[in-house]
Amino acid sequence: MENDPLTIGGHEFTSRLFTGTGKFADDRRIADMLAASGSQLITVALRRIDLGGKSHNILDFIPKTVTLLPNTSGARTAAEAVRIARIAREAGCGPFIKIEVITDTKYLMPDNYETLAATETLAREGFVVLPYVLPDLPLAKRLEDAGAAAVMPLGAPIGSNRGLETAPLIALLIENCRVPVVVDAGIGRPSHAAAAMEMGADAVLVNTAIATAEDPVAMGRAFSLAVEAGRMAYLAKMAEESRTARASSPLTGFLDRIEDIV
Amino acid sequence: MIRVTINGKTESVGAGTIEQLVHDKGLRPEALVVEHNFTIVKQPQWSRIRLSEGDTLELLSFVGGG
Repeated sequence: MENDPLTIGGHEFTSRLFTGTGKFADDRRIADMLAASGSQLITVALRRIDLGGKSHNILDFIPKTVTLLPNTSGARTAAEAVRIARIAREAGCGPFIKIEVITDTKYLMPDNYETLAATETLAREGFVVLPYVLPDLPLAKRLEDAGAAAVMPLGAPIGSNRGLETAPLIALLIENCRVPVVVDAGIGRPSHAAAAMEMGADAVLVNTAIATAEDPVAMGRAFSLAVEAGRMAYLAKMAEESRTARASSPLTGFLDRIEDIV
Repeated sequence: MIRVTINGKTESVGAGTIEQLVHDKGLRPEALVVEHNFTIVKQPQWSRIRLSEGDTLELLSFVGGG
């Protein structure tokens, strides 16, 4: 939307849909997805190359106008996350870093404690730090104090497409955080994204739901519309809910009652 | 030949510099991030870094991820 930019780490984004590069059947669709969705920030990962195979650089598929958000996936400790972050920045990815520290391979739950430790170090080093966390208000406040540029609570486990299972906890972050709240992980449908934005989330990050859709380009556009609708609804301040009906037409009778006439 | 550790595996290489190593392995330079003894070495420096016995190299690249 015009005149409603989101600022993170001094960078202004007019799109509140952040996207990811994982799991595309064909990486050549990424640029088309970015164009269709208007997303201006996209995640990438760093890995050891396969010395036997062909080297493939995901950055080749991302237009230079899009901000890169390298993640620290693969890190199991704060120290590993810090090392990955430094490598990504040195390699020319810019100052943004998504801290992702995971030891649990079944649910891929982020380790909030290691994530906080990594945030403290990397914020001091001038990174724009976006930590991926379980929604926990005291932790979010500590992340803010440590210099996080945003907090990124999960809605549901990574890649699960189950939506906003943690909504009540995310709401606490939205109400109480000074930094932007970006709902990351679990968003499986445009309606989930719209719901997150209606709650007042500042942005959402969607990867699997777009990348693994049969048509990722159309799905990117669908998410973009949902995010915009949800944001607009949040700004327009939604009407209250009520347990009983409230008539939307006047309750006075139409003309006269029939029996009075005949 | 010297023995170096590349991506966690120790092997013997004939290359004297990072540039030669990248060439010998048939890797695309533009797709590559090189860490030599825990320090990132940018491509213009690859020809100047001499490999020594026991060096540690990480050869990395950016891949898709969420």
